[in-house]
Amino acid sequence: MSIGLPHYLIVSLVLFALGLYCVLTRRNAIGILMGVELILNSANVNYLAFSRFSSGHYDGQVFAIFVIMLAAAEAAIGLAIVLGIYQNFHTIDVEAAETLRG
Amino acid sequence: MSAFSLGGLVFYLVAAVTIISAAGVAFSRNIVYSAFSLLGTFMGVAGLYVLLAADFVAVIQVLIYVGGILVLMIFAVMLTHRITDPRISNRSVGRLPGLVVVGCVAGVMAKAILTTRWHAATPGTPVPTTYAIGNAFLGDYILPFELASVVLLAALIGAVVLSRKELKEE
Repeated sequence: MSIGLPHYLIVSLVLFALGLYCVLTRRNAIGILMGVELILNSANVNYLAFSRFSSGHYDGQVFAIFVIMLAAAEAAIGLAIVLGIYQNFHTIDVEAAETLRG
Repeated sequence: MSAFSLGGLVFYLVAAVTIISAAGVAFSRNIVYSAFSLLGTFMGVAGLYVLLAADFVAVIQVLIYVGGILVLMIFAVMLTHRITDPRISNRSVGRLPGLVVVGCVAGVMAKAILTTRWHAATPGTPVPTTYAIGNAFLGDYILPFELASVVLLAALIGAVVLSRKELKEE
């Protein structure tokens, strides 16, 4: 049995599950951002797999490049916010930054 | 084709590297170990892109994720993490509810993947994709391309504004 579309989809599913677990359970803000990166990577694997097993279009690859671009913007902004939280609370535990909780 | 053809072997190797490193990111108790596991995940995903005949995207992945985002993350870890502090730096709470939620979501998606009859075309021989992607960016996708540049500019200015120190004038 050769490597087909479901193999790549399963790898991407495992990446997504690990990223979702990371986002749900981490309390370190940078750990949560790492989970988001895992999820974005799994989405990209899906895009490229569907692009590869379609009939020769490159749309999936173009979308993947857009996702990578926006992930870079997201990482820059997210880490700047994390540094701001660290300057104000002297920790990056997200449970410490709950000043706005009613 | 046998299950142990060279392509299959390479695929399983790359997938194993990717998933084991991703598990390191998700389960490590030390944020520095998580950050370095992320390197293995990004490189493994770049390998998957090569196997999917996406040479340009694989290079972009290595350049932007490994060369940019990962370095940024390690900088942030080093700036916010007291090395002398021996506490667990990457604690997890609610492991059991998290596992249940993730298990349910992953189970539904795995069932969808395995029961769908995919109409997958037989992939042709890999060809260089740069020419086609460049044409797509300056043809069909010109508006999203320009919008992405505006988003990147806004993100750049936003990051500078957020992370600079306020200088109060007397």
